[in-house]
Amino acid sequence: MSQIYNEMFQPDGSVRAHYKPLQDWLQNQPADRIEQDRLAADLLFRKVGITFAVYGEGAGTERLIPFDMLPHIFEGAQWDRLARGLEQRVVALNRFLHDIYHAQEILRAGKLPAELVTGNSQFRPEMVDVDVPLGIYSHIAGIDLVRAGDGEHYVLEDNLRTPSGVSYMLENRRMMMRLYPELFAQQSIRPVEHYPDLLLDTLRSVSPRGNEDPTIVLLTPGIYNSAYFEHAFLAQQMGIELVEGQDLVTEDRVVYMRTTRGLRRVDVIYRRIDDDFIDPQVFRADSVLGVAGLFDAYRAGNVTLANAVGTGIADDKSIYPYVPEMIRFYLGEEPILKNVHTWLLRRPDDLAYVLEHLPELVVKEAQGSGGYGMLIGPCSSKAEIEAYRRRILDAPERFIAQPTLDLSVVPTFVGDQQQPRHVDLRPFLLCGDKIQLVAGGLTRVAMKEGSLVVNSSQGGGVKDTWVLDR
Amino acid sequence: MLSRTASNLYWLARFIERAENTARVLDVAYRVSLVNKEPGVAEREWFAPLNITGTLFPFQGNYSVVCAEQVLSFMALDRDNPASIIACAHQARENARAVRVHLTTEMWEVINGTWLELQRFSEQQLHAHPSTFFDWVKERSHLFRGVTRGTMHRSEAAQFLRLGSFLERADNTARILDVKYHILLPSLGDVGRAVDYYQWSAVLRSVSAFETYKRVYRDVISPIKVAELLLLNEDFPRSLQACLHDVYEIIEDLAPHPRAEVLRLAGEIYSRLRFARIDAVFEAGLHEYLTDFLRRINGLAGEIHDTYFRPPLTADADTA
Repeated sequence: MSQIYNEMFQPDGSVRAHYKPLQDWLQNQPADRIEQDRLAADLLFRKVGITFAVYGEGAGTERLIPFDMLPHIFEGAQWDRLARGLEQRVVALNRFLHDIYHAQEILRAGKLPAELVTGNSQFRPEMVDVDVPLGIYSHIAGIDLVRAGDGEHYVLEDNLRTPSGVSYMLENRRMMMRLYPELFAQQSIRPVEHYPDLLLDTLRSVSPRGNEDPTIVLLTPGIYNSAYFEHAFLAQQMGIELVEGQDLVTEDRVVYMRTTRGLRRVDVIYRRIDDDFIDPQVFRADSVLGVAGLFDAYRAGNVTLANAVGTGIADDKSIYPYVPEMIRFYLGEEPILKNVHTWLLRRPDDLAYVLEHLPELVVKEAQGSGGYGMLIGPCSSKAEIEAYRRRILDAPERFIAQPTLDLSVVPTFVGDQQQPRHVDLRPFLLCGDKIQLVAGGLTRVAMKEGSLVVNSSQGGGVKDTWVLDR
Repeated sequence: MLSRTASNLYWLARFIERAENTARVLDVAYRVSLVNKEPGVAEREWFAPLNITGTLFPFQGNYSVVCAEQVLSFMALDRDNPASIIACAHQARENARAVRVHLTTEMWEVINGTWLELQRFSEQQLHAHPSTFFDWVKERSHLFRGVTRGTMHRSEAAQFLRLGSFLERADNTARILDVKYHILLPSLGDVGRAVDYYQWSAVLRSVSAFETYKRVYRDVISPIKVAELLLLNEDFPRSLQACLHDVYEIIEDLAPHPRAEVLRLAGEIYSRLRFARIDAVFEAGLHEYLTDFLRRINGLAGEIHDTYFRPPLTADADTA
């Protein structure tokens, strides 16, 4: 076993400098104060937590995502380097998307196998030669970072379609400031609260008509979607309409919303609906969430979709190993952030190696997400591994494998004890006429001892993320 | 604003008002049943809430006897009865969820808190203290109205909420007044007796009009004056005329153009109340007058739907 990186403590047990103020503060609190705050946090969160609901049928079984009060902290300089790496990465990914839907220079240069792109179900032939404003495809990108035992940060995956979770980042911060204002008074923690303003700014900058006051809407699948709260929250914070497919109509390749005063033209749609569902005339015909004629209006350049259609090709896990190459190809720079080593099981050599080492590796479906359908070798029984082996042999090209990363740990309250728990971090990048990100992101934490799975759909929790301003 | 949003706000307000008024109707029936102990009469009173909400048939499909206990259960906490208080609270919350962006945090918390608390009410609590339950329902409705007045931006969104409230209230006051018809018709011998007095005063109390009646008329309770107060008084906030006055003003504000059919309909109904005389109403028959009124505001509701919420594009689209 390699060693696990502890974000708060050095291997010798002393506290790291950027966690020192938190540690001092924790030690100066009477034992019952911490306990009382925890109860207050629970109570407050239950109230706010209504809004974090996963909506059930009928009686409304509404789940909370566990919130932990101990933050995930970064030093300013360390964060600045990560931020440069993230910006570099999303610039290259957007260039890649523009390229493969136009000249396909990267394929012609032989930097990645053409069939990996054009034969991929995430490649949208409908998007070939379609021009989008500013050439931006992924306006909102969530890049998942982890820190391994060597102390280095790695990009675990890119989320370029409709990444979610930013409302948790904002609510977690609001909660921490309410509970522990003194911690924010004592040290300078970079703000995240202006994220909705930056998002609105980004969406405005890609308006197709370039007018001063474009009409921007957020398109949601509706109140039964598990992320509905986030959709409503963001629309409210930006002061834009939250629309469903039934509220939009198209006429002569222009999109309108139906209002009490008649039809009103829509310029930019921040859509939280997958490509497959946005237009029943072009994609899935059985979709009732989308808008007939939307894609035509989009292709005609009369409305901007954020994110663009077809971004899924760039965050496909079989494309992921080539992102460092994209950075070199498009930007002529060396990647600042590292990729996790990845075996593509479509390659016979990789397949042979992985089949021999299944108990040590993590195997994922190239197009899976949410932590579903993956194999974590070290945590699986022999029978589970054998069952997974048969799935791989059925269609090796659908799988990728990576070494099991020992994600770093942050102390987390388990009962009234602090215990190390594994975390990852999803910062959110905004791409319009410029690239912007707030200092922080969503820290997800595996609440179970030893667990490496941080996805909320698998029982993971969340923490506030602090970037110290020095 | 979005048509769907306007529709959700309008229905949100209607369902809250409806829950409150259902509590009021049940309260009348309960209070009247406390005095009326004659065999056969006590049971008949419990037909009234079912008749005026149009739920007698579904009730008979699920319950055996029309009696206090069963009607209360059906109208208050039966989730399968779309007219029950709990069903209205659920519909109000579903509509609120869809338009959270347009509500203040306080408004949402009242609606959500009501829904959560309501689920903890048991049948036993309801039957042990029916009036406590009705008072609670009314209080939650008052709270929502107050929070809305106190925190919501006076925008188009607020107008659609008000429109839903006043239209539903007019409908409900008309139905509550009609209770009298359903309860009393068979026993003409009671007219003018103590029981009659108690029943009319129960109607007044159910719409919080007892004190107002005393102040306005300084007189004993008489059916014609009770009806006048609830139909034609321009200052009593639950009267038909007061409600339609506000409905007309709101539609005047929201109307797409001065010749809109929706404005004409609202104006017509309002004028009929504004220039009515109560003795003429009684000559034609109070029940007949109320039935005609309900038919007219139903037509107005349809026109509101067509004007602001648009006719459904698909066959299964629903306004609620």
